[in-house]
Amino acid sequence: MFSAITSRLAQALLVMLAVTAIAFVMFRYVGDPVAMMSREDATPAEKAELRHSLGLDRPVLVQFGSFVGRVAQGDLGMSFRNQRPVATLMAERLPATMELVIVATILSLAIGIPTGVLCALHPEGRTARLIQTLSLVGISVPTFVTGIALILLFAVILHWLPSFGRGDVVHLGFWTTGFLTRSGLESLILPGITLALYQLTLIMRLVRAEMIDVLDSDYIRFARARGLPARDIHFRLALRNALMPVVTITGLQIGSLIAFAIVTETVFQWPGMGLLFIQAIGFADVPVMAAYLLFVGFMFVAINMIVDITYTLIDPRLRTGRT
Amino acid sequence: MKYGIAAPIAALFLLAGVSAHAQTLRWSAPGDAVSFDPNAHTDSFTSNIEMMVYDTLVRRNRMLAIEPGLATSWEIVAPDRWRFHLRQGVKFQGGENFSADDVVTSILRTIDAGSRNKGNLATVKGAEKVDDYTVDVVLSGPYPLLLNDLTGIFMMSKAWLTAHDAMRPANISTGVTSYASTHANGTGPFRLESYMPDAKTVMTVNPDWWGKPEHNLERIEFRPIRSDATRVSALLSGEIDMIAAVPLQDIPRIAQTPGMKMVEDPSLRVIFLGFNWKPELHAMPGQKNPLLDLRVRQALWHAVDMQSIHKRIMRGKSRIAGTMVAPPVPGYVAALDKPLAYDPALAKKMLAEAGYPNGFTTGLACSNDRYIADEQLCLAIASMWTRVGVHVELKTETKATYFPRQDRGDTDTWMLGWATLPPMDGYSVLSAIFATRSGKFGGANANGMSVPALDELARKAAVELDEPKRLEMLHQAFKIAYDQALFIPLHEQPLAWAMKTSVDMPQFADEYIRPWFTKVH
Repeated sequence: MFSAITSRLAQALLVMLAVTAIAFVMFRYVGDPVAMMSREDATPAEKAELRHSLGLDRPVLVQFGSFVGRVAQGDLGMSFRNQRPVATLMAERLPATMELVIVATILSLAIGIPTGVLCALHPEGRTARLIQTLSLVGISVPTFVTGIALILLFAVILHWLPSFGRGDVVHLGFWTTGFLTRSGLESLILPGITLALYQLTLIMRLVRAEMIDVLDSDYIRFARARGLPARDIHFRLALRNALMPVVTITGLQIGSLIAFAIVTETVFQWPGMGLLFIQAIGFADVPVMAAYLLFVGFMFVAINMIVDITYTLIDPRLRTGRT
Repeated sequence: MKYGIAAPIAALFLLAGVSAHAQTLRWSAPGDAVSFDPNAHTDSFTSNIEMMVYDTLVRRNRMLAIEPGLATSWEIVAPDRWRFHLRQGVKFQGGENFSADDVVTSILRTIDAGSRNKGNLATVKGAEKVDDYTVDVVLSGPYPLLLNDLTGIFMMSKAWLTAHDAMRPANISTGVTSYASTHANGTGPFRLESYMPDAKTVMTVNPDWWGKPEHNLERIEFRPIRSDATRVSALLSGEIDMIAAVPLQDIPRIAQTPGMKMVEDPSLRVIFLGFNWKPELHAMPGQKNPLLDLRVRQALWHAVDMQSIHKRIMRGKSRIAGTMVAPPVPGYVAALDKPLAYDPALAKKMLAEAGYPNGFTTGLACSNDRYIADEQLCLAIASMWTRVGVHVELKTETKATYFPRQDRGDTDTWMLGWATLPPMDGYSVLSAIFATRSGKFGGANANGMSVPALDELARKAAVELDEPKRLEMLHQAFKIAYDQALFIPLHEQPLAWAMKTSVDMPQFADEYIRPWFTKVH
């Protein structure tokens, strides 16, 4: 067991290194931070001095090495744009992104599972067909279009909900939360729906397919033959079994939600890490971009590792090194 | 931060006070202040935000002319020494008295080796206290634009900086992080209540401000919104009172919405095209560079249809330009402000005379997210040049990659915008764009242009303290640029703000938001 976990950890570390390396190669093409940091009429000497003081005149490999070295010591560096520590900037933005992702996950499960069941139970029904059609829209319309459409309807035309921002937040130690104020909760609705839409349709379609599969299996037929009530068959027997893959997918999708939040956060001016990242790109703020990619990479790796380890616990066949 | 409880309570007060005089201005712009430390950045929008909290020794009035600020008067005691007499009885928002020590500290902090904006005081060597309310600013030599430079240098409190261990500016290279990055203590018209980057910056009126308020604001809420569509929506939904940088396509819609108005004037920013001055073009290696021929440059100018750019692309909101500075900027000459006439036939003839009857190939490089409609502008110009037989290789890209490319001289013809800020003086064009790149000159002259007459004017104007003589030098420089068609000026791009009709906010050509001149009814 211990060796299985350490080998996973070693793999995870390799993946993270690879992510950072690829990021560093890409940074050469996103622009020159010195040009962004200089005054409009800065002299060439001023720029050269700045480039040197930032260490940007060193070879890429050396820059990469020193970055990895610093990260290993827990130092993410300082932002070129704000001249503040990247770790502080990330910590300020983390709560906004995480709360949005939590809301989106809850929304997608709370709506996706019941509608999926409904579609599986009455696959030919009118409601099911309507939901199926709508789900196609959910999967195919780009996030920013959904976001703008929601803003137009609920903020500009109906004046029901705020069009942007996080509302008032409450500070709980290092965390800021929008869950405790009215404007904070209202502000979560539109971006939450926007971010959830894709995952919602995914879960709905997954539940539907799994349910139809399970409903067709022998033990359900036997349960029917025994005359058990339909509700028990559908929800106690069928749904429970259909939910297994849903749990896995939801877990894995949390990583994607954090990454996809970039678009939603930009549309709704949601002060999370995605917005920080977008601004960092515009400024060629390499330390922030590197830290963000590292963070997203870490989330993916960590979630995958947890899923892997859980599997190993459940299924002895998956344990490595002991075939 | 005590924001958690303070905000709902403040909201209650606001609800209760709608009919009273407690006026709040809620405004939005695409970007946010990157820091509140004046010496930790070179971003003009950030300076704009800081200017609401911090005062300067001299400031710009409604006409953008320089007037006394924290200094009431000044004199030149020696060519390299200016003496400033300070306003007495001024208090910082934290309660500290404003005196000569604060001025010396603020100037030394600006020219500190770790200061990011030390270039804004490039000629200042130091500052010396004469008495409690008199300060000498020591220069490296005669310099006519010191007052212009000082309009952007904020006065911080020495006692406050010392108490919070923030004497050194925040700087990534030295690893200094500063209390002053997220807190502010100025003498300005508003005080900083809270700063949440990318979310909300709240300021309240400073009741002890030394100046006479020409506004009726009690509170300013700044909420940056990056996405254009969302920013416009927030205005239309009533959550925001005023937005800066309205996308051109949304202007008619906002103007037609009841209760909303557009304010649009040309800004100082001149958009122009420049040339490659090296022996060969990147687009035609191995052949002589056609752009070195005056007739070719004039032909390219004659080929640009300024009127249709003005009408179709800029929707009639730009101001067509013939010279490299806008009318309010010292050095401007009205006689030069006439573009060469649009005349494709003449352009073709001139190209033929220059030896290019079948045209030639040149690159045209532009940003696509820095200036108003920059990409459409270049598309239009490329097709206009194609019409006179010039083959154009167009390349548009994001500002983060475009400006480094332009700065490397990796372009044949290229677009740039110049607002002469922060000094707001024609000398900025002469020294950074016209003069040959070497030493402190030619920072934006990346493509090898070298005109000895302009270099000499730049060197002379830099130290000329006699204003009429100095202006005459600027006039000469702009005349050379015009006669030699060194650049093709296109227009001054418009500044588009939208606000509720209840907001009365004057627009300024330097693009600064000045809430201390703003009234909300």
